[in-house]
Amino acid sequence: MTVLDSLRRRHVPDTAEVDSAAVVVDGLTKRFGRGPLILDDISLRVAPGEFLCILGASGCGKSTLLNLIAGLEQPTAGRVAVPGHKPSLMFQEPALYPWLTAAENIGLALKLRGVDKGERKDQIERLLSLVRLDGAGAKRPHELSGGMRQRVALARALAQDSQVLLMDEPFAALDAITRDVLHDELTRIREEVGATVLFVTHNVREAVRLGDRVVLLSSRPGRVANTFAVGIPQPRRIESPEVAALSVEITEHLRTEIRRHAQAPTR
Amino acid sequence: MTTATDGNRELEAGLDALELGPIEARRAWWRRALSGGLPPIVAMLALLGIWQLIVSTQHPVNLPTPSEVGNEFQAQWDLGRIQQAVGNSLYHGILGFLISAAVATPLGVLLARVSLLRRSFRPLVTGLQSLPSVVWVPAGILWFGLSARTLFFVVLMGAIPSIVNGTISGIDQVPPLYLRVGHVLGARGLTLARHVLLPAALPGYLGGLKQGWAFSWRSLMAAELIASSGSLGLGQIIEDARNISSFPGVIVGILAILVVGIAVDLVFFSPLERRVLKRRGLLTA
Repeated sequence: MTVLDSLRRRHVPDTAEVDSAAVVVDGLTKRFGRGPLILDDISLRVAPGEFLCILGASGCGKSTLLNLIAGLEQPTAGRVAVPGHKPSLMFQEPALYPWLTAAENIGLALKLRGVDKGERKDQIERLLSLVRLDGAGAKRPHELSGGMRQRVALARALAQDSQVLLMDEPFAALDAITRDVLHDELTRIREEVGATVLFVTHNVREAVRLGDRVVLLSSRPGRVANTFAVGIPQPRRIESPEVAALSVEITEHLRTEIRRHAQAPTR
Repeated sequence: MTTATDGNRELEAGLDALELGPIEARRAWWRRALSGGLPPIVAMLALLGIWQLIVSTQHPVNLPTPSEVGNEFQAQWDLGRIQQAVGNSLYHGILGFLISAAVATPLGVLLARVSLLRRSFRPLVTGLQSLPSVVWVPAGILWFGLSARTLFFVVLMGAIPSIVNGTISGIDQVPPLYLRVGHVLGARGLTLARHVLLPAALPGYLGGLKQGWAFSWRSLMAAELIASSGSLGLGQIIEDARNISSFPGVIVGILAILVVGIAVDLVFFSPLERRVLKRRGLLTA
């Protein structure tokens, strides 16, 4: 490979490279109007089936990054490529529609994807069973617990049948026990459906518990500060010494990133 | 591994059961009817008692006794005037309300979603809503004469701004997250409106419709009082009684208007609103 080739490779990934990745983020920069820079030159490649956790303190633009990948926002510079289906997105709030039952919420996602009415019923059953809510399909969101709602939201996201699942702090509002259980569930379901997951969180242990790789973002503007490979085999326990050891290391880096802002004048 | 998964399944089932709590037994229907129906009935009887008391103390107030009003009602009922007036007024009121809803709903959606239209017309709509609809009666008479069209005109001018405003605030109250989820699920434009925006706006919209009915009914009564259109209405019963200085007759008219207004709410709007709110978990008990 010549020098010129390698340079070109850096800026214009060839099609083979794009096709082999589930998500490509290249030099992504975002500012809203004339406001401050939110994201600065972020580049990420997520392999198919990879579980990537994006970690950062407040103001690192984690949510903006997911919105850009989901196509809800347009980048100021750089580009995002998600080959295949549109990615699905899950939020911190389940955001289920309260006028629909759990099954109908999942059914709406199928309907909007163009699944036939006859086939929808089977798929709803299958998805409810996948998130272990068999028999709860007729319940309305307000009749479900927080953890159950988030599982319905996960089933709805999976109903979009996209290969890429974007998750924006989906378990942040849940109690610790429920969160632990949902970590196990997410690990299991991800293996079953083989999806690529981009998971945004500010919880270091959660990132190490779940991710194959953890990307640490700096704040204001968001930049990739560090990347950590998590070599711990699944299933992991969040309280295991391996998870704790790596969490300590990443937390140190995160704290260093946050401390840098103590010197910077606040606006 | 299998046991771990099974253990997890049980753990999850346990968590779900604990979070949901025990199912509370429903109270017997007669208890619910009693606790719901008794307080207003007692309040009514108390008011009747106070009325009787005022009259029987020979207070120098020109007020008929409850029994005089009852007799007058009986007399009018036997003549068939009450039934006819209630029928005509309800017909004009409900038809006028339905036309208003049909006109105001798309207008409201348009004003809620198109920023320029909203900034241009919202102040006017709010102004019209606070305008007493009786001011439209003279204009209606000049345009349409003493006819049913005048009644409809006044009802429409009274109800449309109120329903437009209700629709706008219903749509404004839709959490933006619902729309973002709709976007992520692939809904755009009319599909988004049909599956997300309109169902989400329904509780606020129903509130607007309810208020719209109240405005329709009041506007109609104002119009009937002034512009007797040939078909006997409740407003005209009051006006006729005033012309022959029959105080009991005036009170019969007022009470009939009140009762019909309450009845429409109790029979139609309240159950509908309760149903919608209850399904969404916005109503406890």
